[in-house]
Amino acid sequence: MKAYLDNSATTKCSDRAVELMIKILSEDYGNPSSLHNMGADAEKYIKEARKKIARTLKAEEKEIVFTSGGTESNNLAILGGVEANKRAGNHIITTSVEHASVWQPVKHLEEQGYRVTYLPVDEYGRISLTALDEALDEETIFVSMMQVNNEIGTIEPVSEAVRRIRAKAGKALIHVDAIQSYGKMMIHPKKLDVDMLSVSGHKIHGPKGSGFLYVREKTKLKPILFGGGQQKGIRSGTENVPAIAGLGAAAAEIYENMQEKTDRMYELRDYFVREVAKIKDVTVNGAVGRETAPHIISVSVEGVRSEVMLHSLEEKEIYVSAGSACSSNKPSVSRTLKAIGLKPELLDATIRFSLCETTTKEELDYALEALAKIIPFRRKFIRK
Amino acid sequence: MYKSFLIKYGEIAIKGKNRYLFEEALVKQISYALEPVEGDFKVRRLQGRIYVDALGEYDYDEVVTALSRVFGIVGICPVVLVEDNGFDQLAKDVIGYMDQVYPDKNITFKVNARRARKNYPINSMELNAALGEKILEAFPEIQVDVHNPDVLLSVEIREKINIYSVEIKGAGGMPVGTNGRAMLLLSGGIDSPVAGYMIAKRGVAIDAVYFHAPPYTSERAKQKVIDLARIVSRYAGPIRLHIVNFTDIQLYIYEKCPHEELTIIMRRYMMKIAEYFAQKNQCLGLITGESIGQVASQTMQSLAATNAVCTMPVYRPLIGFDKKEIVDISEKIDAYETSILPYEDCCTIFVAKHPVTKPNINVIERSERKLEEKIDELMREALESAEVIEVAAEEE
Repeated sequence: MKAYLDNSATTKCSDRAVELMIKILSEDYGNPSSLHNMGADAEKYIKEARKKIARTLKAEEKEIVFTSGGTESNNLAILGGVEANKRAGNHIITTSVEHASVWQPVKHLEEQGYRVTYLPVDEYGRISLTALDEALDEETIFVSMMQVNNEIGTIEPVSEAVRRIRAKAGKALIHVDAIQSYGKMMIHPKKLDVDMLSVSGHKIHGPKGSGFLYVREKTKLKPILFGGGQQKGIRSGTENVPAIAGLGAAAAEIYENMQEKTDRMYELRDYFVREVAKIKDVTVNGAVGRETAPHIISVSVEGVRSEVMLHSLEEKEIYVSAGSACSSNKPSVSRTLKAIGLKPELLDATIRFSLCETTTKEELDYALEALAKIIPFRRKFIRK
Repeated sequence: MYKSFLIKYGEIAIKGKNRYLFEEALVKQISYALEPVEGDFKVRRLQGRIYVDALGEYDYDEVVTALSRVFGIVGICPVVLVEDNGFDQLAKDVIGYMDQVYPDKNITFKVNARRARKNYPINSMELNAALGEKILEAFPEIQVDVHNPDVLLSVEIREKINIYSVEIKGAGGMPVGTNGRAMLLLSGGIDSPVAGYMIAKRGVAIDAVYFHAPPYTSERAKQKVIDLARIVSRYAGPIRLHIVNFTDIQLYIYEKCPHEELTIIMRRYMMKIAEYFAQKNQCLGLITGESIGQVASQTMQSLAATNAVCTMPVYRPLIGFDKKEIVDISEKIDAYETSILPYEDCCTIFVAKHPVTKPNINVIERSERKLEEKIDELMREALESAEVIEVAAEEE
């Protein structure tokens, strides 16, 4: 048996997306900017994808900017948004549990001279709204926060935060990193009252190298890539038509019966959390029930290094992440786990299971069974 | 402009009757080094010299890089070979050569003619003077300096006439395959690839053994070692890499023996396994990257304790080197970037906070008696399940 439980790292591309992409790559390969009909045909795919995505967000088609993925969406929102609003002030707010693709551009701006507040979080990874209130002032021009934490799954109080930001910092642009939440919950940026929202394609069964940034109409945003002026100059570069079409198909698909699918995932998640906690020396991190995303489970096992646990599971074809997937090549301590105050000895003993709509109870049982065997065995061999 | 390279070799020439064996090995190694290079090349021996001829288009730098990795080569001279069509034609060829190779004529030169073919009508001394004069006539700015010339122009009268003035330093050493074969204990670190390189330099063919410990070490750690073996094989020729699963032995030692002796006992079993594969592959010794005092397992006492289980000689070419000196060679052979990739090594997983630094062999042997029940079985399993990969440089 095999259990791919690393869906927050990446997902399998949906058949519909793959089919569509193959057709575009091999037959309808025109450049959407070309004046002839092959260009027009290619452009239709982009329009179609835009339409599908806009529908999932209850947004306008023109509010979708296609990018190369989550990292670019976050960079465009932060760097382009701050650049366009720099005359209004000098203060940026973000949280202490952001993904590197938010954290690093903000760090970069801090080095350029911007004042940055990193909001602290509680033991579940939820930002402190009091700290937000205290941080907000006339100078605040940009706030970037995630909707679902990629390492522990906690849902951030975005709506409440937005209300406070609008009340105290009228000029601030609000950006939400929705990379782990899109497809797992209904997101209506207008209702949420946010200006920008990032999404990645390959986390929702779309292709790698695809993503978009929702940009509310009339939002002041400068480009970070310059060139041929595609996508109204906000994102130059020939549109990646197959990836965009694949992303559109995947987005539409993931929102079909979304509620039903997430209900099922919540059930599976609750089951897994309940069962895994029965194993000796196991702690489950983050919030519980509906206060967390349906697909992410962070588990610490005292005395078993995350890498050893990961490779032990790998031997049984169970695939998970150690800490945050993107940093697994360089052993570094996770900021999120530190920020929630995890015991130091658990920092490098934490792994992440992440589910998707097609994850089965059998797969989870298989993983639980493996954990029940691996944990007592590996704990016998602790580095002294 | 060059269609041939003249290969100069040093130590081989003094090897008397064995000379042809060394030359054959060198020709073989040159051909191996040129395999991944784009283009067709012919390597030939002629009157005690080796030439590499390019049979078509090729990239000069790529060929020089490949040749400069071949042990046994002292110098690589890009050479122009011309037919003997009398002195006037030779003078023209020599002038043409100088014009092309040295566009800036503000240089000093000296002609170094050699008449290997004694039936040539002009002797070496006369040739030096006559060719020198022709060059001076052709390029007024150029000057002769017989003591310390910028350009030493060699003109050798052989079957064909060899004209050359550039010599690129070779790797030195002796051709791989002329001094037997040895088994390298290859880890993912900085030292062992360098140790393999250094022994290969003395003409020794290399095989290797790597110990991995899944799930404590990853697939990536194993791939890193394969990549390092490939880097060493650019110099040492094809390497047969034995990948031994060491986890069960390691855990068994962990369970049964005092923790601070773990590393020493582990290394003794590694040596035994390496020696087993060495004997199976007709190796004449083992190679390690150890250097005295670098870590607890490399003190004089620790080395003695690991050495005691071997019947074969253990070659430790880095024994007197400082880390910095090892790093320098590692960088020179392009292994460093790969060596420092951060994957866990099987030697460090269970390392004690205070490992023994002065192990007593009797004490260690007493501890090892606690392993008697299962160790033979575990060793047999490790030997039988070893994976063997043939690693060659061309698969880059």
